[in-house]
Amino acid sequence: MRTFSRALERRARAWRARLGQGAPGGVVGRGAAPASRRKPASGVTRAQPSPSALLLALVVALPALAQVGDTSYRLRDPAQEERAREIGRELRCLVCQNQSIEDSDASLARDLRKIVREQIEQGRSNEEVMRFVHDRYGDFVLLRPPFRWSTFLLWATPALAITGGLLAIFVTLRRRTAAPAGLPELTEAERQRLAAIANKGPNPSR
Amino acid sequence: MSDAAAPVPPSRRKLLIYAPLAAATAAGVGFWYMLRGLQDGSFNPRGVPSALVGRPPPDFTLPGIESTGLPALASADLRGLNRPVVVNFWASWCVPCIIEHPQLMALHRQGVPVFGVNYKDRPGDAQAFLTRHGNPFQRLGADEPGRVSIDWGVYGVPETYVLDRQGIVRYRWAGPITPEIMRSDVEPLLRSLGAG
Repeated sequence: MRTFSRALERRARAWRARLGQGAPGGVVGRGAAPASRRKPASGVTRAQPSPSALLLALVVALPALAQVGDTSYRLRDPAQEERAREIGRELRCLVCQNQSIEDSDASLARDLRKIVREQIEQGRSNEEVMRFVHDRYGDFVLLRPPFRWSTFLLWATPALAITGGLLAIFVTLRRRTAAPAGLPELTEAERQRLAAIANKGPNPSR
Repeated sequence: MSDAAAPVPPSRRKLLIYAPLAAATAAGVGFWYMLRGLQDGSFNPRGVPSALVGRPPPDFTLPGIESTGLPALASADLRGLNRPVVVNFWASWCVPCIIEHPQLMALHRQGVPVFGVNYKDRPGDAQAFLTRHGNPFQRLGADEPGRVSIDWGVYGVPETYVLDRQGIVRYRWAGPITPEIMRSDVEPLLRSLGAG
């Protein structure tokens, strides 16, 4: 960790030098304010947090990203809340479609998050909650589609591709080893022609 | 004799040429069908198929909106009518609902019972909408929390369901009932279910 943070520090210094922002804490990158509006680059150097502290702050702040919008209905019991999130991550938000209800801020996703939590509070199992939503919205609501005949190709394609590939390799290898090693024997006529060429050169007529 | 050096027999060579060609043709035809379906609306990769089709609607009781003067709506009202009915989920804040409103009015004029569920709306706004655009509904339930709509599998407004004589859901359309959908889906379905 120490060496890592030192490396970060070195990096940060290099960046600052490259961007020509000598003063620490200056505006960097896109949207940089025009010089007049920029903070006066006085000689006073602001105390700069060390990169490791910044990294720590980032790590501590990460869970904030996992929360969407209104969190007032979160369950008080952390284990129950964790279960609710587990379920929510399996359910598709039908409005935005490529997000789970846990990640979406659509009002329908919010309602479904609430329903999931209410049912968990009532002591229903994960399966029962999932069934409740599945009964209403069908397979489409499940981010992990169930294995059925209609979804056979969807699930089996990777296995089929690997099996096919292995089969192709196996067949090629077997064919290669089945081929006789070395060259076939020359016939008597070929041997005589070869001897003639070896004695007189490639083109005897010239 | 080495197999690798042997020339490929003509029958197999033909297969090697035609097999990829056939696969490409099959893929092309499939793709064409998909594109055609996208164009006429019969194939929608983002469409959510209703889990309710082929089943009776869930049990529910919704309060009415007094200012509209319309009776409230409950699942019992959809049963035993011995004729196909239309259930429409809408809201005054929903712009596509304005687009589909003339079609609902037309259904109402044809004598098809149209039932409304007002989704996450203010009673005053809903009433103003009906005053302005006309009222096609025989009954109207207010689903302000949106829970009954979730029980139906509604994921946005407008959504329209057609129930047969026995009260089984036969059809669901997510999105506005445009004149085209009316002509291609709703009217033929109602005819086949023996409406009017």
